[in-house]
Amino acid sequence: MRPAPGHVAALLVLLGGCAKDAPQDYLQPEGPIAREAHEMFSRIVWFSVVPVLVVVLGLLIVAVIRNRDPGGRADPLEIPGKHPKLRWVVAPTVILLAIDLFPLASEAKVIFELAKEPKDALQVEVYGHMWWWEYVYPGEKISTANELHIPTGRPVRLTLRTIEPGLPAPEGEEFATGVIHSFWVPKLAGKQDVVPGRANKMTIEAEKPGTYQGQCAEYCNLSHANMRLRVIAQEPADFEAWVAEQQRPAVKPASGPAAEGYEIFNGEGGCVACHTVIGIDGALARTGPNLTHLKSRETFAGSIFENTKANLIKWVTDPPAMKPMRPDEGTGMPDRDLSDEDVEKVVAYLETLK
Amino acid sequence: MAVATSAPSRLFERPETETGFWSWISTVDHKRIGILYGVSAFLFFLVGGVEALLLRSQLATPNGDLLAANEYNQLFTMHGTTMIFLVVMPLAAAFGNYLVPLMIGARDVAFPRLNAFGYWAFLAGGLFLYASFLLGGAPDGGWFGYAPQTIGQFNPGNGIDFWLIGLVITGLSSLTSAINFIITTLNLRAPGMTLLRMPVFVWMNTVVSFLLLFAIPIITVAFFELYFDRNFGANFFNANEGGDPVLWQHLFWLFGHPEVYILILPAFGIVSEIVPVFARKALFSYAVAVFSGVAIGFMGWGVWAHHMFAVGLGPVANATFAVSTILISVPTGIMIFNWLGTIWGGNVRLRTPMLFAVGFIAMFTIGGLSGATHTIVPHDYQQTDTYYVVAHFHYVLFGGSILGLFAGAYYWFPKVTGKMLGERLGKLHFWLIFAGFNLTFGPMHILGLQGQPRRTYTYPEGMGWDLWNLVASLGAAVIALSVLVFIVNVVRTVKSPERAPEDPWDARTLEWATDSPPPEYNFAQIPVVHSTDAFWHQKYTRDDGGRLVRIPTGGAGGENPTWTTERPLDHGGVGNGHHGHGGHGHGGDGIHMPSRSYYPALAAAGLPLIGFGAIYGWWWGALGALVVMAGVFGWGREPLSEPASE
Repeated sequence: MRPAPGHVAALLVLLGGCAKDAPQDYLQPEGPIAREAHEMFSRIVWFSVVPVLVVVLGLLIVAVIRNRDPGGRADPLEIPGKHPKLRWVVAPTVILLAIDLFPLASEAKVIFELAKEPKDALQVEVYGHMWWWEYVYPGEKISTANELHIPTGRPVRLTLRTIEPGLPAPEGEEFATGVIHSFWVPKLAGKQDVVPGRANKMTIEAEKPGTYQGQCAEYCNLSHANMRLRVIAQEPADFEAWVAEQQRPAVKPASGPAAEGYEIFNGEGGCVACHTVIGIDGALARTGPNLTHLKSRETFAGSIFENTKANLIKWVTDPPAMKPMRPDEGTGMPDRDLSDEDVEKVVAYLETLK
Repeated sequence: MAVATSAPSRLFERPETETGFWSWISTVDHKRIGILYGVSAFLFFLVGGVEALLLRSQLATPNGDLLAANEYNQLFTMHGTTMIFLVVMPLAAAFGNYLVPLMIGARDVAFPRLNAFGYWAFLAGGLFLYASFLLGGAPDGGWFGYAPQTIGQFNPGNGIDFWLIGLVITGLSSLTSAINFIITTLNLRAPGMTLLRMPVFVWMNTVVSFLLLFAIPIITVAFFELYFDRNFGANFFNANEGGDPVLWQHLFWLFGHPEVYILILPAFGIVSEIVPVFARKALFSYAVAVFSGVAIGFMGWGVWAHHMFAVGLGPVANATFAVSTILISVPTGIMIFNWLGTIWGGNVRLRTPMLFAVGFIAMFTIGGLSGATHTIVPHDYQQTDTYYVVAHFHYVLFGGSILGLFAGAYYWFPKVTGKMLGERLGKLHFWLIFAGFNLTFGPMHILGLQGQPRRTYTYPEGMGWDLWNLVASLGAAVIALSVLVFIVNVVRTVKSPERAPEDPWDARTLEWATDSPPPEYNFAQIPVVHSTDAFWHQKYTRDDGGRLVRIPTGGAGGENPTWTTERPLDHGGVGNGHHGHGGHGHGGDGIHMPSRSYYPALAAAGLPLIGFGAIYGWWWGALGALVVMAGVFGWGREPLSEPASE
C-alpha cells in the first residue's frame, strides 16, 4: 500500500488542469512497467526532491528576510574566527550523498530487469519509417501500420529497427536504414530509441483493454510531430480474433467503383510500388504501410487522421499537402496527380479493405 | 617587448584613433572587447528571444498554423544554437574579458590582439550562421544535430553546413579566449595574489577556460566529420555504409556535458562575488567554493551518456552514468549551501543585483533537482525528449545563467559606464522576468509528465496540453516585456548625466579599486595583494576589540601601506609583460599599453569567406584564405606596441 504515489498523482492531476483526457499522461500509468517507473519517481520526489527543495528554498527565504537591512546602512560583518566550521560543509555533503544514493540499488535492479527478455512474450518487430510505424508479427505472419494490437496481461517484446525502402539499399542489405526515431507509448512504458544499425529491444504490457496513444519521441526532422501511434490492447480472445482477421487475404472487388479503383491501384496509380495488399500479385512493397486491412484501423498516416472516407479522399488527392513529407527524396507519399474521379474510385477500393 | 628602432615599411598605418567607429574595430583593450562581446551577445539574445516568441506563438494552441513544420524546425534549431553559442557563452566572455585582468590587478590579458581576434571570430561565426536564413534556409537539425537526420541523404541543402561551419568559427573564438585566459590568470596576477587569493569569479572563469580547451576540439572533430559525411562521401555516421549514428552522440555529448558547466560556472562566479557584497559578509567558505567549482569541472567529464539513456547502450552503461551523475550533485549542492551560509547572519541589502542573485539561487536549485530526477533511469525513459527536460534546462540556463548574468550586469554597470542603472526599473525588471520565466517554464514540467514530446511543431487537441501551453506562451510575452524594461533602463541611464559614486556597493574585489570606467591601463600603480578580497582589506581593518573599522585613507594610491608598489611607475608593475613605449602615454603616468591593430579583425573577416568556400566553391575559400593570411602575417610582423611618436 503506497499512499505517496497516489498523492503525487492527485496533486499533479490537479495541476494538470484536471485533465482527464490526457492520453499520454504517464503520471497515471496503465501498465506494470510504466507503473514501476512511476513509483520510483514518486518515492524520490517525495523523499528526496521535495525535502531538499523545501529546506533550501526555505533557508534562502528565511535567510534573506531575517537578515534584511532595508535601509542598507548596517555595518559590514566578519564572522568570528578565520574559517567557518568544516562541519557545515561535511554534514550537507554526507546528507546529500545519502539522499542521492539510497534509491540506487533498487534503481539498478530495475534497469537490469528491463533489459531482460521476459518469459512468454509476444514478439513484434517494429520498423520506424519516416514518418510512420510498421509492425510485423513474425509468429503470426501479419503486418500492419501505426496501430499496434496486443493482448492484455502478457508482456510484448518489441525489436526496434528503422528502414527506408524508398531509398537505395546498401550492398548485401535488403533495405536502407533511416534516421533515429523513438517508440513511446507513455501509459504503458518508457521509450527506447530506434537507431540505424541497431536492433534495440523493449517490453510493453497492458493490464486492461483500451487504446493507448503514443508518438515518436526522437526528432526525425520534418514530420516528427506527425509520427504518432496507438497501442490497442485487447482481451486475449479478442486479440486472437483480430490476428485471424489480419491473416485473411484481401478480396478483389467484383464490380463497381471499387473494382475500377482496384485497377487504378494496380495500374496507373502506381500504388503497388509502395503499398502491400496481400492477395494481390506484385503487391509486396514496404515503402508505405500495408493496406490489406486499412479499414480495420482507427487512424492512418502516422495516426494523425481519423480513418474516414472523407479524410482518405483528401489524403489520396494530395498527400504532401496534408502532411509535410519529402517524396522527391524517397521519404513520404507523393502526389500521384489523380483526377478527382480516380481518387473516388481508389478510395472506394480502399474502403473494401477491412 | 623590444623597442623597434626603425618603423618597418608597411602598407597601412597603425591605427591610433581613440574614439569613434574605427577605434572599436582596432581596439585591443580587454575592457572594450568585453563591451563588444556584451553588446553583441545581448543583440543575439533579442534575436533568440524573438525566435522563442515565434515558437511559443505557434504552440499557444493545438494545431497552430502560424508556422509550417520546416519553419518551426529551423526556428527551434536557431533558438537553441543562438542562446547557447551566441548569447550565454559570449556574455560570459564579456564579463570574463572585462573583469579578469582588473580582478587580478593586471593591465590587460596576455595576448591582447588574440583577444580581439576572438571577439571578431565570434561575430563572424554568428553572422555566418544567420546568413543561412537568406541563403536557402537555416539549419533544421536541432542544436544537437543528431546524425543521421543531419547527413546529406536526409538533409539536403546548405542549412546544416552553415551550422557546422558557423560553429567551428565560433569555436575557434572560444578556444583562443580559453588559452588567453589561462595564460593571463597563471602569469599576470599582481604581486602577492596567489591562486588562492584570486576572486571566485576568476577561478570559475579559469575552470571554464580549461573545460573549453578540452571540449571545443571534441565538437570540432564531430563537426568536421559530419561535414565530411555531407560533402566528401565519408560515412562516419552513416549506418548504411558501416558508420554509427551513436558515434555522433558520444562526440556531441562529450563536448555537450562540459558545455553545460561552461554555461553555468560563470554565473556561479558572478553570484559568488555579488552575494558577499550584498550580505556585507565574506563568502562562507572561499576554499570550498573554489574546490567545488574545480570538482564540478573534473566530474563533468564523466557523465555525458546520461543524455543517451534511451539510446540502447545497455544496462551497465546506463547504471554507471546514473551513479556518476548523482555524484556531481554533491559539489553543486555544496556551492548552494555556501551561498546560503553567506547570506545567513549577514546584513542583506536587497538591491537589484542581489535580487537577481537570490532569484538565481532559487531557480538553479529547482533546475538542479529536476535534473536529479533524470537520473532515475527507468523514469528517464519517460522524461527524456519531453517538455520535462525543456523545463529542467531552462530553469538552469535561464533561471540560472541568464538571471546570474543580469545580476552581473546591474552590479558592474557602474564600473563599466560610471553610472548606476535605475533601481526602480531594475526591481520591475526582476519581478517581471521572475514571474514571466516561472509562468513559461514551470508548466512545462507538467506538460512533459503528461507526455508532450520536444521538437514538435504542433500538437493535436484532446491531449490535455492546451491550458499549460497557453500559459507558457503568455509567460513568454511577460519575459519579453521585462527585457523591454531593461532596455529602457539602460538607455535612460546612458543618456543621464548622473555619475555613480566611486565605490557604490562597498565591494570587495580589485576592479573597484580604480576609476569607473577604468583608464586604459587599469591601475595607476599595480596593487600588491595580501589576502583574498584585496580591495576590502584595503578599506577595512580590525580595531583592538576585533571589530571591523573603515581605514580613513583607503582607496587606490592612498597612504595605506598595502598599496605601495615596490617598483617605480614606468615599468607598470611586476609580472606584467607590457613594457615598451607606445604612443599612448595617458595622464602623464607614462604607462604604455599595447597599440591598436586592425589585423585581428582582418584575420577574423577571412573566416566566413573560407566558410562560403566550403559551401559554394573553392574560389571563395581561396579568397578567404588570402584574407586570413594577410591578417595573420600583418599581425605577426607588427610589434605589440609601436615606438613612441614623441
